[in-house]
Amino acid sequence: MKPLREILHRNRNSRGGQIAILQEIQETYGYLPKNTLIELAKETGRSLVDIYGVATFFKAFSLKPRGRHLVSVCLGTACHVRASAQVVEEFERQLGIARGETTPDNEFTLQTVNCLGACALGPVVVADGQYFSQVTPSMVKQILTRARSGLTKDSFKDSTTSSPGASRRTDRKKSF
Amino acid sequence: MKTKKKLSSIADFRAYTARLNTGRAQPVATMVIPSGTCGIASGAGELAHVARKEIAAKKLDRTVRLRVTGCHGFCQMEPSVLVEPAGTFYPRVGAHDMPRIVDAVAGGKVLQELLYRDPHTGQRIEKQNEIGFFRQQMRTILARSEKVDPTQIGDYLMDGGYEAFVKALGGSSPKQVCAEVKASGLRGRGGAGFLTGRKWEMLANQPDGRGKIIVCNADEGDPGAYMDRSVLEGNPHSIIEGMLIGAFATGANEGVMYVRTEYPLAIKHVLIALDQARAMGLLGGNIFGTGFSFDISLVKGAGAFVCGEETALIRSIQGKMGEPRQRPPFPVQKGVDNKPTAINNVETWANISLIIRKGAAEYSRIGTKNNAGTKIFSLVGKVKNTGLVEVPMGITIDAIVHGIGAGSSGKTRIKAVQTGGPSGGCIPASNFHLPIDYDSLAGAGSIMGSGGMIVMDEETCMVDVAKYFTGFLKDESCGKCFTCRKGTQRMHELLDEITDGKGSIGHLKLLEELALAVKDTTMCGLGQTASNPVLSTLRHFRSEYLAHIEQKRCPAGVCRTLVSYSIGETCTGCGACAKACPQKAVGGEPRRRYVIDKNNCIKCGMCRSVCKASAVHVQ
Repeated sequence: MKPLREILHRNRNSRGGQIAILQEIQETYGYLPKNTLIELAKETGRSLVDIYGVATFFKAFSLKPRGRHLVSVCLGTACHVRASAQVVEEFERQLGIARGETTPDNEFTLQTVNCLGACALGPVVVADGQYFSQVTPSMVKQILTRARSGLTKDSFKDSTTSSPGASRRTDRKKSF
Repeated sequence: MKTKKKLSSIADFRAYTARLNTGRAQPVATMVIPSGTCGIASGAGELAHVARKEIAAKKLDRTVRLRVTGCHGFCQMEPSVLVEPAGTFYPRVGAHDMPRIVDAVAGGKVLQELLYRDPHTGQRIEKQNEIGFFRQQMRTILARSEKVDPTQIGDYLMDGGYEAFVKALGGSSPKQVCAEVKASGLRGRGGAGFLTGRKWEMLANQPDGRGKIIVCNADEGDPGAYMDRSVLEGNPHSIIEGMLIGAFATGANEGVMYVRTEYPLAIKHVLIALDQARAMGLLGGNIFGTGFSFDISLVKGAGAFVCGEETALIRSIQGKMGEPRQRPPFPVQKGVDNKPTAINNVETWANISLIIRKGAAEYSRIGTKNNAGTKIFSLVGKVKNTGLVEVPMGITIDAIVHGIGAGSSGKTRIKAVQTGGPSGGCIPASNFHLPIDYDSLAGAGSIMGSGGMIVMDEETCMVDVAKYFTGFLKDESCGKCFTCRKGTQRMHELLDEITDGKGSIGHLKLLEELALAVKDTTMCGLGQTASNPVLSTLRHFRSEYLAHIEQKRCPAGVCRTLVSYSIGETCTGCGACAKACPQKAVGGEPRRRYVIDKNNCIKCGMCRSVCKASAVHVQ
């Protein structure tokens, strides 16, 4: 398994150790694939239980594959007092899944986060790396439509179709 | 700024900064665009892009400069533009207005119609420091973020950066530096308020030999607080400088910055800053030929609130599960890799260079006797002006909430602030005369914490807030202590039943008993403070609990089971609610008052969120 070797090599001297390695695996695959973790245990001599413990202790790791689009709804205190709970519920209704789940067509993963640190703008939603501020339930549909079409203003008009290039366009938008 | 060769001595450093300063002695009109995560979320990236294009197209690059910085604090008004040296402030700038602003800056003019409008008087105010939000603050740390592009070490150097470090390195002994920090009275800004100078002395007194480690705790897990993110994004070199001084004072040879993974921009800027400092010879072996060696590495957190606790943070740095452990041995005896370790919060580190530059005596003049210096708060929630505010310790809560924050953002009165995050408590409006410092907040049943200040008005249900925090803590409890693991869960269940209308007086008794038990019988700070949100709301807002229990009513209109939606007389009959309702529970005729079928209504709030006439009421 080549990417894992490279990740291990890059992190051989890094301070973060196991967590840094798991973070890179997650960046590579979008989640922590079971086989890679088994491989990791073999390569590093750590027990699989130990690795599983770390992988499930921290919120940033996912053992399940994620959808093409990732929607994170902030449930920090500032967002909570401005009714972010209603926003998550609307996402759940629109997508037909519960928080933490992925739609059956693998398009969307819906997750909640404890605080994104943009508290003055709450409720905050991040879709594919793009921040949306002061979100109300009525904006949810629009955010999903925009995420589907790659979050570019031009593709905003033809909303419902998701072109094959959509997620690539999204990736470019992702960086700050 | 591309870095040149390594600087090999203090004289080299002085000559280099002198050259930098003469090179840019002429003040040029500069547009400053705050582009922290919050700024970017509001569209600052596009503003900078348009500004750059305009300056190039109009060939103004000699008359107008652009500086993209971190957050200045007034997040509510972002994206904003600050014009230097005049100090003109343009709030909520649209990208289409940018060409006009560029022209105005080039021509030395002010665009009246785009200026900030005072919410009370309605008057336009030109200068940033005359706006109420800024005027009432003391921005010793935040204002530095205006001066530097965080990706340019040259900007930081021209703002007097690394001078404090060089002053310490060249002219003091480690003992003197420790003593200076101790004399300043600086207390840890992470929340506990331990005297920083004492902590440093303890580390300095540890035997050498195995090496010592200092850590910057940037695992800002407290929901509602984001000053650490802002300082790291906007001025990463100030933290590196603080850590350099700390290392010199304590004899530490290794530094670790532990940054939470939810802050990608902060991580990016810190990595850039570390590379620049290394390239310039500020980090590494034999710094400036003095024989002092120190380097910093960055470790990304992976999302666990408990990792803000020292011993959990140490385990997490070592790549393990972030479970706290029993103390002693304290981290200063046995920390990362069993080496003596001192951990300070981001804001604490940001204060260090100020202390060394100004001197302890001058620094401790700010604030009150046992609470020196300033503190940054994130003023958020139901308040008009939201953002980061930096105030001298000892100022009253009221001065922040009603002065700087300009009062309630909604239609109802402000009834409380919540400080200290999940470990803190709610302070009712009747206590807003209290000064803000470690001791008086603790006396009021809350804590200073890292500085989250969430404002709550009469549409915020305090029982729901308590439920929110216990829900948060039950998810974040590491599970090691039974009382914390099960206690937070049971408290959450009890609160859930109360908000669901199934509560009894027995629930309250049990809740109180449980809260005290959890407080007394858990090992780490998370568990010991986990009851604070419950106990402080029970103490100050018992009547709200009773309304839920006895009248099955939620006075704030938040708890779903206990409220109902209705449409009032101000309804214009536009039909937007009927269209938005996922249940088709709203009916009526155009231009007449619509009606909600209560049997069908799931109380999702869609109708209320789309109503332009504010006609949907929750009771």
